Amino acid sequence: MPTIKFVEHNGTEHTVEVPEGTSAMQAAVNAGVPGIDGDCGGICACATCHVYVDEAWTAKTGGRGEQEESMLTFSPILEPSSRLCCQIQASRDLDGLVLRLPVGQH
Amino acid sequence: MNAVMKEKPAPISADDLPDVATQPIEELDPTLQIRFQADTQDAVFARLRKEAPVHYLKDSQYGPLWNVTRYKDIVDIEIDHPTFSSDVKYGGILIKDLPENMRRTSFINADPPLHDEQRKVVSPVVAPGNLLRMEERIRNEVRQILDGLPVGETFDWVDRVAIELTGRVLAELMDTPREERRLLTYWSDIVNVDLHVGGEIDTEEKRYAKLKECAAYFGKLFDQRKGQAPGPDLISMLAHSPATANMPAQEFLGMIVLLMVGGNDTTRNSITGGLLALNDFPEQYAKLRANPQLVGNMVPEIIRWVTPVPHMRRTVTRDTEFRGHKMREGDKVVIWYISGNRDETAIPDPYAFRIDRQNPRAHLSFGMGIHRCLGNRLAELQLKVLWEEILKRPWVIDVVGPAKRKYANNLRGFSSLPVQIRTA
Repeated sequence: MPTIKFVEHNGTEHTVEVPEGTSAMQAAVNAGVPGIDGDCGGICACATCHVYVDEAWTAKTGGRGEQEESMLTFSPILEPSSRLCCQIQASRDLDGLVLRLPVGQH
Repeated sequence: MNAVMKEKPAPISADDLPDVATQPIEELDPTLQIRFQADTQDAVFARLRKEAPVHYLKDSQYGPLWNVTRYKDIVDIEIDHPTFSSDVKYGGILIKDLPENMRRTSFINADPPLHDEQRKVVSPVVAPGNLLRMEERIRNEVRQILDGLPVGETFDWVDRVAIELTGRVLAELMDTPREERRLLTYWSDIVNVDLHVGGEIDTEEKRYAKLKECAAYFGKLFDQRKGQAPGPDLISMLAHSPATANMPAQEFLGMIVLLMVGGNDTTRNSITGGLLALNDFPEQYAKLRANPQLVGNMVPEIIRWVTPVPHMRRTVTRDTEFRGHKMREGDKVVIWYISGNRDETAIPDPYAFRIDRQNPRAHLSFGMGIHRCLGNRLAELQLKVLWEEILKRPWVIDVVGPAKRKYANNLRGFSSLPVQIRTA
């Protein structure tokens, strides 16, 4: 099963096994990773699963989709590597993916 | 579509109301203010969700409109902002069409790109990093307010706690003189007061005249800050950002009103509604006192329970079909958060206030999509700190008389709540 490593803003790491096709947001919520809220349940409508994709992985995850962009474009904590992780599905290609969490969700 | 509908007076007495259970569904009108004042709106929405979740009301006090009442339908409309516009040129987010010269532009009343540009300017003030820095200051305000409350005597929770706390925090965010904080509450109330309520403000003209005073007050501060070095407060941010430094008068007023109402009314009413809920569900209050660590879970449940903003309005920008209903360009669509938050298909046992509810953040009180509440984390922070501090004291706060709710459908407001603190 692919794994995803979530790194909290304070540096604490959580490595989570994620069934293929499950979103990184859902995996984080299921595993109780603090700092991922996912208020809208994964439909890209609340921006509370904001993460920064580790540099080594940005090419593989790809960039933000259209709706994702519309939710993040005005965020005060937007970075080039920002994604909403409800829009990233676990897969064999993304095994070992590293996602860094912002100081808080907004 | 820009013609102003001559407003019909809404029934003012509960005796004038038709029976919810037997009235023909096509005539069922969820906008009646009197039901919100009596807190009897839920039966109307339960019937609409069941029988006509996308409901066309031909004849309301605001003209014809669509009512959307199911959780998922509301979310889908929020996400499709190109079809369901918030732009003030169609009437914005108010169910009632204001005369064109009194409409206010701001990011809540705008679609992209104006929405994005303006929102970006003010969002740092309520961003996570800034809130971490504010928490201690809010805690100090809360402690001061709680220290000043009498034990064993009846007092008004709305005035002494809800208004006081949100007023102090807002004065700090905008860096207005602390001793003038009640002015912010006063203007915020004027923005939202229903013209049929029987008070000082009974025409849009009178409301607008007062809001011009508010704009003048903030205009002076804005000009001062423009001449000073940039500061961390909202007014300074507006004065120094290229996107907002030269707003036309309507836009300036719109922005000020949005920040004032958003930062004030909503949290104020959640602070009051939360205490009322704990008294209506005493076993929950007991659970909270035994487990103070449940505060974090309780806060979003309070916000769902109260739903301080019962609805938003959108306007259809192009002919479309939604759940099999043909909607025409220019149609007014009202999305009822207060109904979505009681939708049993989305929220288990929705009529129960449960501080340890699973997944309590899944509610519609902040809206969804690009217009999701900007200050949501600040609202949660104020509620969290307030309850953490209350629970450190050997107090039970009893509601000792009826809550007075406002005659309004745009905000679920309280004008007073008599309470007594007892030590236990």
